[in-house]
Amino acid sequence: MLAHATPTTIAVRVRGLSDRAIAWLFITPTIALLLAINIFPLIWAVYLSFTNFRANRPNAEVDGVGLRNYQRVLNDPDIWIAMQTTAHFVFWTILLQTVIGFALAYLIDRKFRGHAFWTTVILIPMMLSPAVVGNFWRFLYQPQIGLFNYIVSFFTGIPPSSFEMLGSVTLAPWAIIIVDTWMWTPYVMLICLAGLRSIPDYIYEAAEVDRASAWRQFWSITVPMALPFIMLAVLFRGIENFKMFDMVMLLTGGGPGSTTEVASITLKREAFESWLTGRSSAFAIILFVAVFGLANIYVKALNKVKQR
Amino acid sequence: MRKMTRALMGMSSALVLSTAIPGMAKADELTLCWAAWDPANALVELSKDFTAATGTTMKFEFVPWPNFADRILNELNSGGKLCDLLIGDSQWIGGSAENGYYVKLNDFFDKEGIKMSDFAEAAVNAYSTWPKGTPNYWALPAMGDANGWFYRKDWFAKPELQAEFKEKYGRDLGPPQTWDELKQVAEFFTGREIDGQKVYGAAIFTERASEGITMGATSALYPYGFKYEQTGGKYDMDGAVNSADAVAGLEAYKSLYKCCQPPGYTDSYMGEGLDAFKSGQVAMAMNWFAFFPGLYKDEKVGGDKIGFFVNPKQKVAASTLGGQGMSVVANTDNMDGALAYIKWFAQPDVQKKWWALGGYAVHNAVLNDPSFKASQPFAADFLVAMNQVQDFWQEPSYAILLQAMQKRLHDYVVADQGTAQEALDSLVSDWKEIFEDEGKL
Repeated sequence: MLAHATPTTIAVRVRGLSDRAIAWLFITPTIALLLAINIFPLIWAVYLSFTNFRANRPNAEVDGVGLRNYQRVLNDPDIWIAMQTTAHFVFWTILLQTVIGFALAYLIDRKFRGHAFWTTVILIPMMLSPAVVGNFWRFLYQPQIGLFNYIVSFFTGIPPSSFEMLGSVTLAPWAIIIVDTWMWTPYVMLICLAGLRSIPDYIYEAAEVDRASAWRQFWSITVPMALPFIMLAVLFRGIENFKMFDMVMLLTGGGPGSTTEVASITLKREAFESWLTGRSSAFAIILFVAVFGLANIYVKALNKVKQR
Repeated sequence: MRKMTRALMGMSSALVLSTAIPGMAKADELTLCWAAWDPANALVELSKDFTAATGTTMKFEFVPWPNFADRILNELNSGGKLCDLLIGDSQWIGGSAENGYYVKLNDFFDKEGIKMSDFAEAAVNAYSTWPKGTPNYWALPAMGDANGWFYRKDWFAKPELQAEFKEKYGRDLGPPQTWDELKQVAEFFTGREIDGQKVYGAAIFTERASEGITMGATSALYPYGFKYEQTGGKYDMDGAVNSADAVAGLEAYKSLYKCCQPPGYTDSYMGEGLDAFKSGQVAMAMNWFAFFPGLYKDEKVGGDKIGFFVNPKQKVAASTLGGQGMSVVANTDNMDGALAYIKWFAQPDVQKKWWALGGYAVHNAVLNDPSFKASQPFAADFLVAMNQVQDFWQEPSYAILLQAMQKRLHDYVVADQGTAQEALDSLVSDWKEIFEDEGKL
């Protein structure tokens, strides 16, 4: 109704500029920035993916190679191994972060004495920079002086310097999963907490009247009503972890060997160490399409859950 | 709208001018780019003489080693104007020459009477020429370097250890002469308690991201007989890269890693190796000669506690090449100033001072001086090493060739995947594909 009350004089030309022109004036820089920073590089990357261009040879002739880059990426066993590694990380980090995050949110939601303090403490890892976290955990994992090995040793009796979290083929992936879970579980907890706090009290009161057990209330009210929020957290963390780079780079650099080489690290190596710009562009487009496609399917599922 | 357009154009013009003016105003200033390490500090000291002589202010852009290649190659690829002079890795020569990033110096050398014959032949070949074996010069040899070894001389001299070692191996405990001996000495020290601390045999290169494990493993591969090609320039790698000798060399490197590396050194390069030695964890360590002056000065492990030895031979004597040449960046706005610095740096007196300050001069006036071998405790080994160096591919595609080797070596040595034969066979396959793409196969 307020819009209708706006004086019509505003809609007429002021100093030669119409409302529409003023609107464009404000929007144009944003659109220009968006085109320059997001859309143009995307289109340029699509173009490069069909060429043999190498960024370290700008003077060399650039030839179109058709679908050869895509063919090579899709037929490269190392890239498929990197994709499997990525899927492994995404699966375990999401599973652990969702379960622990929801459990923490459920506990915090009980509003026990000092819950505000503990909420703040739990959120600290999320507030740190990944660079700080990566370096911090590198020291913790150091087999000779790192605290982590001593803690494991204290509980298991295994000598601290007898195992290496970051240097072992079997342990290194789990070392990264532990750090990512430590850092991002609070984020999932926050989203789940918002979900739990959005459930009206009267529903629980009605359940109490019907003498529903706490377990029944949890499964029939809490979980279904918080589910859209949990799914949202899974979506955000899934997209983020599919692109996981900084943490892995700081902790293991993709090693030992190629054990923890996730797709983003392979992409970085192809693009900025091997300088295969065309081929890495094709790989980037494939990753983009994969994330975009999976996210779309997931969002449709999320909407269905919300509509129930 | 017209007024606004004019205003916007005016603002953007002012912005462009404001960024252009500082570049023009710094005509009497030179920026030299290099890696951030001990010799770079020595160069800062040395360059004060150039400033005193010419009045040119020297600026330095030193990049930490792990980011050196990324940062500087990005700068060159993007046509940046950060560096007037660049001390770049030997592997970059081919690509930088072919892409026009470096100025070809032949005419300048001829005009100024700078002779490449005044420098060590191996250094000129490694740091200056492209294509290899041709008299086309793209850099002045600036910093000779090779991978060498240092050890705890005080530990080796302990009578009880001497006696135990002699009884076990039938020879004196001393700097190893072969890779077999190196392994024995490393095993001898590993797990021992010295000065109240558990120690290990050797700190070696295992770094995955840049060039570490390749530089380390080739120190074993070359002495065992590894070659890049059967015939120089033919790219016939089968039977050279994956020969039985090369396989034995790679197995030797892995066995040294498995037996005697301190825990946690699965991704270690120059810095980590120095840390392991300085903290008293290892009896021996490999590293570049460039670090030796600093190590010798170290109060805790230097002086009479440290000894040096050249990379052990096996079938042949060989060392992995490090070091760099000094080039003029083609994109510089201060060509005359940059060339003047090269001319000044090439003088024998300056080269002698360069060596004295901790830089590794490869000018014959320095190397052939009768007092050179005794000038530093590592000088004689440096001479030996520089006469037996071998370098990685210097092809324009060296980066992708290097990445392939990094992966195959790390997968085998550190991640325990497959055999040495499989690793080297896969490497040949990777390199063939790269050279096929380059049109060289």
